[in-house]
Amino acid sequence: MNRQIIILVKQFWKWRISYIFLAPFLLLFLLFIVAPVLASVGLSFTYYNILEPPRFNGWSNYKLLFVDDEIFITALTNTLYFALVTGPASYVLAFLFAWLIHQIPRRIRPFYTTIFYVPSLTSGVAMSVVWLVLFANDSYGYLNSILLSIGLVEEPVQWLQNVKLIMPVIIIISLWMSLGTGFLAFLAGFETINTELYDAGKVDGIRSRWHELWYITIPSMKPQMLFGAVLAVVGSFKVGEISQAIAGFPSPLYAGHTIVLHLRDYAFIRYELGYAAAISVLLFTLIYGLGKLCFRIFASKEEQG
Amino acid sequence: MKRNRKRPDTGLWVVLLFLTLLGGFMVLPLIFLVSTAFKPPEELFIYPPRFFVENPTFANFRDLLISTSASRIPFFRYLFNSLMVTAITVAFTVIIGSLAAYPLSKHPFPGRNAVFNLIILSLMFAPEVVEIPRFLIMSNLGLMNTYSALILPNLAFPIGLFLMKQFLDQVPDAIFEAGKIDGAGEWKQFWSIALPLIRPAWATVIILSFIGIWNDASSAALFTQTEEMKTLPYFLSTVNGQGVARAGANAAASFLMTIPTVLIFVLFQSRVMSTMAYSGIKS
Repeated sequence: MNRQIIILVKQFWKWRISYIFLAPFLLLFLLFIVAPVLASVGLSFTYYNILEPPRFNGWSNYKLLFVDDEIFITALTNTLYFALVTGPASYVLAFLFAWLIHQIPRRIRPFYTTIFYVPSLTSGVAMSVVWLVLFANDSYGYLNSILLSIGLVEEPVQWLQNVKLIMPVIIIISLWMSLGTGFLAFLAGFETINTELYDAGKVDGIRSRWHELWYITIPSMKPQMLFGAVLAVVGSFKVGEISQAIAGFPSPLYAGHTIVLHLRDYAFIRYELGYAAAISVLLFTLIYGLGKLCFRIFASKEEQG
Repeated sequence: MKRNRKRPDTGLWVVLLFLTLLGGFMVLPLIFLVSTAFKPPEELFIYPPRFFVENPTFANFRDLLISTSASRIPFFRYLFNSLMVTAITVAFTVIIGSLAAYPLSKHPFPGRNAVFNLIILSLMFAPEVVEIPRFLIMSNLGLMNTYSALILPNLAFPIGLFLMKQFLDQVPDAIFEAGKIDGAGEWKQFWSIALPLIRPAWATVIILSFIGIWNDASSAALFTQTEEMKTLPYFLSTVNGQGVARAGANAAASFLMTIPTVLIFVLFQSRVMSTMAYSGIKS
């Protein structure tokens, strides 16, 4: 036993320089990412209002969330609705556009890449100045003005007031901004696929581009597709900023309310930090669960291939 | 693809047409932003609304500077804070990430897999989840309302480290073993062999970290209290909701905020692709 410890210490000592290189990142990573995640879990089992020390109260925050907090259920439903539409749609769009851009001559690819990627560089907050005019509720709004002039509607559509329309508008804006890091990963992934695979495919009787995509491209892109999927999951569950920027906080009848907004409401307006921590743990669990699901989907197919 | 160059392909033209039409649609909101920023007041409130500016002016930019200089905090203060926080964060993110990527990729030290798995796990991390503990850490460290509070939480950037590590993985270890035989110390190996090899990946890390920090409105909202510590996106989040009366000046501010991200991407784009090729997660 003692011998093993000595060997281990020697091993650590042997690689001490590696740890020194790693230390700055690891310390900041532990302090601002790992510790806060663990602290959130701990706080979620307490009542804590900053003024008094946290008081353990077991599962009651979680019970409260699902049993008594109707607005949380609204936030959860809205977030799931958003994530289930935006996550897959943004993923498919990123893949599709990357694939289409890969079909065009190399020289003009950067131009098209920039056009499709630039929206993801913008901030939801900065662009809200455009969205508020584009989707304005009165006839001064661009969209209403067009719809009125071609006679599609009789009176201005209440894009940002109508509780049925707020989420769809947020989804459209988010999709516009969604061709981000995953999209770049796909584009780069397509470029690294060994072209000999395509030649071999032709010999094996692959005729159309669709067959090529399905039998050669996608299987060779698994690692990039997993990376993109994980980013799509994370991106689609942390919706909130755009909702607040275009529909206000709280939005009409909480129609644009999301988990992140609910969390901020309880944390930094009501200072019920224990309860807010429970909300954040739930959000984290959702993202983590779906992220792991992505890992399983892409790993299992790899084994089949 | 080679095939496209060999024979004119109707499929290619369909693809190009489709991409051009959709691309036009994608840039429309950005054109509105530019157009609104340069609209004189009479065009902003015209009915029916016009998409494109007819008599462009700098009036909105002047208005932005005058209206904010009359209040206690001039616009330049927000701009300065944003530039400062973003520049320092991005620079240190790259340095800290490069230092960590080297041993993670090339040294089989005990615990390496555990650390790397933790990094992969944290690709699923969203800062929104840890706002409360970060807030408590900042107040306990006495860092509230300082630049450090805006910088420190974002320095450990898992996606950046992941990309640099993957990028370095493609370099054969033999290069480093040759260095060892020559008697180069670890620091020298890092400085003269690893660093030049990682450098192409910097463009990507710089862009991704720049976008995240430059556009981050919540850090300033949470960790700073006084107006002179706030950043540009925070400023915009407070003024953009205030209705059409300020639309011109707000568009000018939003325009100024969007420019740097676009410029940085256009500048670094060609190098980004070479890094993203190694972005895959092999599970």
